[in-house]
Amino acid sequence: MAHDHDDSDAEDPKGVSRRGFFTAVGAGAIGAATLAQAQPGAPTPAAPSDDPTKVTLLVNGRRRRLLVEPRWTLLFVLREKLGLTGTKVGCERGECGACTVLVDGVPCYACMTLALEAVGHEITTLEGLMRGEELGPVQQAFLIEDGLQCGYCTPGQVMAAEGLLRANPAPTLEEIRLGMSGNLCRCGAYAHIFKAVEKAAELKKAAGR
Amino acid sequence: MKTPELYFVDGALPETAAPEGDPQPWTRTRVVGKPLARIDGYERLSGAAVYPSDVVLPDMLYGAILRCPHAHAKVTRVDAGAAAKMPGVRAVITGATPAADLRWYYSRTVFTKLFDPLCRFAGEAVAAVAAETPQQAWDAVRAIVVEYDVLPFVVDEHKALEPGAAAVQGDDNRVGEPETYSRGDVAKGFAKADTVLEATYTTAAEIHTPMELHGCVASWDGPRLTIWESTQGVYPVQQRVAMLLGMPLANVRVIGRYMGGGFGSKLQADKYDLAAAVLAKLAARPVKLFLTREETFVCVGNRPPSTMRLKAGVKKDGTLTALEMSVLGTGGAYPAGGTSLVDWLVRDLYLCPNVRTEMTDVFINGGPSRAFRAPGHPQGAWALEQMMDALAAAIGMDPVELRRKNIPKVSQARGNQPYTTTGLDRCLAEGAAAFGWREAHRRPKGDGAVKRGVGMAAGLWIAGGGGPPSTIVVKLFADGSANLNMGASDLGTGTKTVMAMVVSEELGVPLEKIQIENADTGTTQYATASGGSKTVPTEAPAVRAAALAVKRQLFEIAGAELKVGAGALHIEGDEVVSASDPKVRRKIAELEGVQRRGLLIGVGTRGPNPEGKVVNPFVAQFCEVEVDTRTGEVRVLRFLSANDSGRVMDRLTYEGQVIGGITMGIGLGLTEQRVFDRQTGTMLNVNWHDYKIPTAMDVPAEIVSLPIDVPDDEANTAGAKGLGEPVTIPTAAAIANAVYDATGVRVTDAPISPMRLAPLLAAARRGGER
Repeated sequence: MAHDHDDSDAEDPKGVSRRGFFTAVGAGAIGAATLAQAQPGAPTPAAPSDDPTKVTLLVNGRRRRLLVEPRWTLLFVLREKLGLTGTKVGCERGECGACTVLVDGVPCYACMTLALEAVGHEITTLEGLMRGEELGPVQQAFLIEDGLQCGYCTPGQVMAAEGLLRANPAPTLEEIRLGMSGNLCRCGAYAHIFKAVEKAAELKKAAGR
Repeated sequence: MKTPELYFVDGALPETAAPEGDPQPWTRTRVVGKPLARIDGYERLSGAAVYPSDVVLPDMLYGAILRCPHAHAKVTRVDAGAAAKMPGVRAVITGATPAADLRWYYSRTVFTKLFDPLCRFAGEAVAAVAAETPQQAWDAVRAIVVEYDVLPFVVDEHKALEPGAAAVQGDDNRVGEPETYSRGDVAKGFAKADTVLEATYTTAAEIHTPMELHGCVASWDGPRLTIWESTQGVYPVQQRVAMLLGMPLANVRVIGRYMGGGFGSKLQADKYDLAAAVLAKLAARPVKLFLTREETFVCVGNRPPSTMRLKAGVKKDGTLTALEMSVLGTGGAYPAGGTSLVDWLVRDLYLCPNVRTEMTDVFINGGPSRAFRAPGHPQGAWALEQMMDALAAAIGMDPVELRRKNIPKVSQARGNQPYTTTGLDRCLAEGAAAFGWREAHRRPKGDGAVKRGVGMAAGLWIAGGGGPPSTIVVKLFADGSANLNMGASDLGTGTKTVMAMVVSEELGVPLEKIQIENADTGTTQYATASGGSKTVPTEAPAVRAAALAVKRQLFEIAGAELKVGAGALHIEGDEVVSASDPKVRRKIAELEGVQRRGLLIGVGTRGPNPEGKVVNPFVAQFCEVEVDTRTGEVRVLRFLSANDSGRVMDRLTYEGQVIGGITMGIGLGLTEQRVFDRQTGTMLNVNWHDYKIPTAMDVPAEIVSLPIDVPDDEANTAGAKGLGEPVTIPTAAAIANAVYDATGVRVTDAPISPMRLAPLLAAARRGGER
């Protein structure tokens, strides 16, 4: 399912220039002013929201070039355009955390992030935690402690745990609760999720990562 | 008698023949009962599992549904002309589209249409669109012009019975005659009591909100339709879709190998299936149609709200003499079991000779209910188990002892048929001991503003025994690895893992060498929807029968090759071994007969349940809470659940069910409630910000699962009973009892929110000062 879009070796890791970004979002005084500067003398219509823009996203260490509409969320692009369906859709309004990904190593709701905003940042999804075909330490810990039931919130939980442990390799129970509080689990696996995060800290420490 | 028919909505069930032979109960197990990690854990954790909402097909369109914003309205005009011409739009369907002129039913007694001109609740479907992107589909939905004739509405089940209330389905807002039950003589029973208490209890409507949104992907190949559906049962979806589209069952294939939670809300097909199928047909392209989170709050089910008046009589020695209950509930705008099973615990949990119940189900202009994890039972427990607590206090008896005084060995509401097994007394006694109940109950509540208390409650689940039909196919490959083929869905309860463990138990194959094919009407056998806590007791015996069918063939082949009678063989690891001479053995992979056949196939079926007996799981839960008497905030500190669900199949996923059920019960008890706007009749809190489900901050880290591990060998050949529902039945009531223990304030209305508790505590303080 993961169609491999153009992984071309674009030189500019930011993918789209700052000017290009404002052109894309279009509306608003700043956008209009920048656009006018970029194209002297040209009329400055607000860019239509569905006008595709060429971007390069840095996802799981690979550059992915594609056309996105300015209104597309990072979540939509990851799932429906890049085939990275490990990232799940739960609410599309920043409440449940099923779409949690790491942006420059920090947990972030992909449903509340426009694809254009993600340009120039390092995006890590669940698939990016794999080591080849092997589960990464946080994923292994969730498997061992059964920190899941239906598994649909699980990718987000795993990403939140990964982000938490990168910032705090040995969290207390209260720190785990706080770190995981942005991720809902309707099956109610929290008590096992707490154990899984503790186990993940152990596994990461043992693996030295 | 009202059985949980909600789980089997579409007609009579087929039956399966009794399996060949009658296997003896397991006396000692090698695999079953261990804490094993999920067989599909890798798929779920790596992102490899393709959930229906993950499906992306070539050339696929995206669908969206226009929904009525009014609680009660007649659609007088739909103008989709502009929408149809918008960029990316490939199909628009309304009530006027011939292909979309389809019948629909929320309950088989009342037929309506896919896009019915009369919308009886806010959120009813009016039109649908398919476009190249979901954003374009929503643009088009917003561009459809609908004119409504807005009608009077009623969204309060009490007001629905008042004279002059808006009529939802006809002149009378009652769904039918009240459902009544009676045994003995309650008047005489109350006369014999030393103490009689009476109180009114209410619970709020809850919304299931599973993490994966409701929806499907529909794709046509000429006359054949394939639907990838997030569902608890692929066969019920196939049945309803085929019937309403007038298609042969064989031409409707429903696939739901993974699904992201249901809790009862995904037992059936939905209007979105028909909409997606019609859109896909008209556009001649696959259509993905998943609801938004907001939509899932209004149109795909809820746990009905309940108002329960309960009167109970008890003697000084703790003997219950009479129970009388009246219930008012609503399943929304269509008949949907608005009071279903709310009185069951009053009828059947405790020994009581005199019982009378009456339940009135009314229509309101709200979304139709669907079965929600143990329909009726947590509500009934909220009333009965708080009442038992109050009775115990009134007669000065320990609440555990009061319950133990009234343990039935028979199902009184089902003609006194005996239970195959009942572990209720052991749940209570052993649970109390493991929790340290006696000491905790006596402990001082604290001098400061923050008080501590403990509470307990018990329950049973009316079903949970499973039963036919089920057909399973087990294939043994020539190298001794196996394939398990079953129709049932794994909701995340661990069904697949448990079934693989059964295969492993009988055939010695380790789990990593078992592949599972499930929940696909095209490739797997008929199965009922996974619901009613019946999947393990239904499927496990059939899996065992299928594995045994393979084993018989294997032993015949091995017996001939080893020159030993087939009856004198057993399996050790990957070898067949003679029982009399352990040196006579051969690896399964080296049996010539197996090599020649390439594959051994065993078919197993689920035989009938024991006649004249009742198979039910039982539970007792204990908890400790902290109440801030200044703010009314309740913190749950720890929980213990003692469960009699027969044999423990997988100790790890068993514990998962327990903590999940308790977490959901915390929602019922403390945080969850549907709120209607009285001005407009629309639901106000259609998101997880305003509708609060428990988060990582709201649940105790200490949730102890104590299985009363007594195999129920009379119930079925796996000895297992259901678990997923009993674990959530007594939770909310146990919390309410703990709040009372901590503060002396009894909260009879759920949820116990700070907004509700703080004024009650303040009033109690004022009362104390007087």
